[in-house]
Amino acid sequence: MIQLNVNGKPQRADVDPDTPLLWTLRDSLLLTGTKFGCGAGLCGACTVHVDGQPTRSCITPVSSVAGKKITTIEAVDNSRVGKAVQEAWRKLDVVQCGYCQSGQIMSAVGLLKTKKNPTDADIDAAMAGNLCRCGTYVRIRAAIHEAAKALA
Amino acid sequence: MTQAIHNLSRRHFLQGSAGLTLGLALPAFAANGAKTAVSGSAAAFEPTPFLSIGADNSVTVISKHLEMGQGTYTGLATIVAEELDAAWSQVRVDGAPADAKRYNNLAFGPMQGTGGSTAMANSWDQLRQTGAVARAMLVAAAAKRWNVPTAEISVRDGVVSHAASKHKATFGELAEAAAAEAVPATVPLKDPKDFRLVGKHAPRKDSFAKTNGTAQFTQDVHLPGMLVAVVAHPPRFGGKVKSFDASKTKAVKGVVDVVAIPNGVAVLAKDTWSAKKGRDALSVEWDDSAAFKLGSEEIFARYHELAQTPGLIARKDGDGDAAFAGAAKVVKASYDFPYLAHAAMEPMNCVVQFTGDSLEVWNGEQFQTVDQANLAALFGLPPEKVNIHMLYAGGSFGRRACKDSDYVKEAASIVKAAGTRAPVKMVWLREDDMKGGYYRPQFHHAMEAALNADGSIRAWRHRLVGQSIAKGSPFEGFMIKDGVDGLSVEGAATLPYGIPNLQVELHTPSDITVPTLWWRSVGSTHTAYSTETFIDRLAAESKQDPVALRLKLLDKHPRHAGVLRLAAEKAGWGAPLAKGKPGERRGRGVAVHESFHSYVAQVAEVTVQADGSVRVDRVVTAVDCGVAINPDVVRAQVEGSVGFALSAALHGEITLKDGVVEQGNFGEYAPIRINEMPKTEVYIVPSAEKPTGIGEPAVPPVAPSVANAIAAATGKWLTRLPFRSDELKA
Repeated sequence: MIQLNVNGKPQRADVDPDTPLLWTLRDSLLLTGTKFGCGAGLCGACTVHVDGQPTRSCITPVSSVAGKKITTIEAVDNSRVGKAVQEAWRKLDVVQCGYCQSGQIMSAVGLLKTKKNPTDADIDAAMAGNLCRCGTYVRIRAAIHEAAKALA
Repeated sequence: MTQAIHNLSRRHFLQGSAGLTLGLALPAFAANGAKTAVSGSAAAFEPTPFLSIGADNSVTVISKHLEMGQGTYTGLATIVAEELDAAWSQVRVDGAPADAKRYNNLAFGPMQGTGGSTAMANSWDQLRQTGAVARAMLVAAAAKRWNVPTAEISVRDGVVSHAASKHKATFGELAEAAAAEAVPATVPLKDPKDFRLVGKHAPRKDSFAKTNGTAQFTQDVHLPGMLVAVVAHPPRFGGKVKSFDASKTKAVKGVVDVVAIPNGVAVLAKDTWSAKKGRDALSVEWDDSAAFKLGSEEIFARYHELAQTPGLIARKDGDGDAAFAGAAKVVKASYDFPYLAHAAMEPMNCVVQFTGDSLEVWNGEQFQTVDQANLAALFGLPPEKVNIHMLYAGGSFGRRACKDSDYVKEAASIVKAAGTRAPVKMVWLREDDMKGGYYRPQFHHAMEAALNADGSIRAWRHRLVGQSIAKGSPFEGFMIKDGVDGLSVEGAATLPYGIPNLQVELHTPSDITVPTLWWRSVGSTHTAYSTETFIDRLAAESKQDPVALRLKLLDKHPRHAGVLRLAAEKAGWGAPLAKGKPGERRGRGVAVHESFHSYVAQVAEVTVQADGSVRVDRVVTAVDCGVAINPDVVRAQVEGSVGFALSAALHGEITLKDGVVEQGNFGEYAPIRINEMPKTEVYIVPSAEKPTGIGEPAVPPVAPSVANAIAAATGKWLTRLPFRSDELKA
């Protein structure tokens, strides 16, 4: 039994310690907003925050995050930055299929928490780990600028 | 009892519907019938199978088409809401059940399915009618209630009112009474000048759920007692299981069962990770005796050889042979296109439950009638006993409309082999998805043009070699004519340019058995490339401006010419391009192509570095898709098409070695990332023509416009996809 802190709540999961955080969130805690895309840390669809740091949950063993603060898309609007990013995404209708967008939003929030007014180059650097097969990149860039403006 | 998993397009619906908790604890839901497509609120008024108005004032549009990112739910709702005069905020969208009698795609005939960029085109009249009928019945009900003439009643933003008597009522208040009205045989449709939503801004209906983790994809389905299956697939297409040893798998905690299925060995477990661990612990011996064993290079060698001989005629204008004989100059080029995987972000998956006398299926469902038939045959059930719950798809690009129902059938075959009544979620890992076949077919094109002394084009010969997609599909009968698969030659046989002697030929090798499928924009993925780069080459040969030459050859095709002129103007065609940094070569290129009855022209600007790497800086698109129902969705589809097409042009390649696919994950098959995404500009031609597709048509011109820009920058014509930087070194 592994003790976790997810979205501000203590949780227990009966999984092997090597189970990736992704599958613990999805299959044990039924937090399915965090997506499976590649299982190899290549696409970013599984991005969550661990102690505020964007982290690929598909290659993070659950045992390594016991006791740390995990935030998923389901609670992203609990923070001011998270709320602003989510609202910018909605205002600009960024999503298409939507499958990668939880991860995109978590990465964008991570960026805006460390850089208040990112340039396009900052955005490209911070977001290059998140694939979008629908090609919503143009709007992702615009929405991050939009959120930065709203937070200023 | 079965479970419903719904994608709700509005939050207020959740808040206002007692007893409905998203995702996990779900309400009872009878799978059949349009009535049940709307859960949570009583459907008081259902004038057609496409619309339901609740006493709670909710307006639910029932989408017969899959929402896979292309904005279909939003577009279809825009049409209904327009004629209904609903308030956009009260409209939500729900997926239709599988029932071709009510929900067939009018472009497909008696079949339900999504594809070919047909959703708006085939729904336009149907849904305008739906909205108008419902509006008329609401007005009739109000007229009776208030005892006033219908002609004096107006409807605006979901409110029905009579000005003189100051009566007002919401749709919800009138819904029950409207349901008692006779359905009018004919109703007037709006004059387009009165449109308030069509052609204006109506935000996406799925943005909310797709930004807070609540949108329901197949991957997210959790049902009581559900098992998860991960499958060991044969390494080669056509391979079979010879024997397997599951002793180590059965020792993995959480593993419940291991079963042989026609295409491998499935491990069923209580959760995904246990199933994957169990699958990895399997020891399988494969029988490759009937498997496909060639490599990509060997396939190309075969295709190049075939291209030396005449193929079946797909189009013949004039007399090409005679025209070539008298040519002042002959220009030749040949092109190679690899297999491409769809690689949707959500790998293929499907949930199936056998209840004893029916199958319940949860899927990002794109091909209802085909999947129903295939699953019914597998279980010996009538097709209507296969109930399909259509969820959001995390991309598809054609993959979820599989002509053989491959992954859907695989999920059902696991349920059958395991003999279980538990719901089973089959999950393909990324590698299963990428290696699983059903690719855009590998193709070779050989082209020749005969020029007159003045540079004008006398003759054009285009020979294509590649596998047929339609063969063995339900569309074979009307897509293959005289041995020529229309999907192989579309864009080539439909070349719009006025060339007096024009011949298009096709070779379809039947012994290459790699599974192939439609991939976003299908035949045009390769034909637009070869035709639009070849025409540029001919412009260069005859020292003509590429836009001017095209316009000259398009005098009978005003819509092609229209988008071409618009894109050229907006891109600043003819004005000098800003110089790059020292060592950088810059160029601008153009392409125009029609597919799915929509017309798209693009102008690309590129920078080629000394090491041969290519950066696409800007893509300007002009599109004519008839009435742009929801212009922002149109723009989004074009932006996305640019990214999707660039992924293929710059990186995309599925290769085989001894029949084994060499790519397995996004390391080896790399879609573009945000840092490779160019600036995009989208211009929509105002049009009163009926709406046509937009999900696919902006894909084809991207690669040729970029290739033409590269040629302008470097003088090199790239003929092998994806682009190779070693061909472009300074």
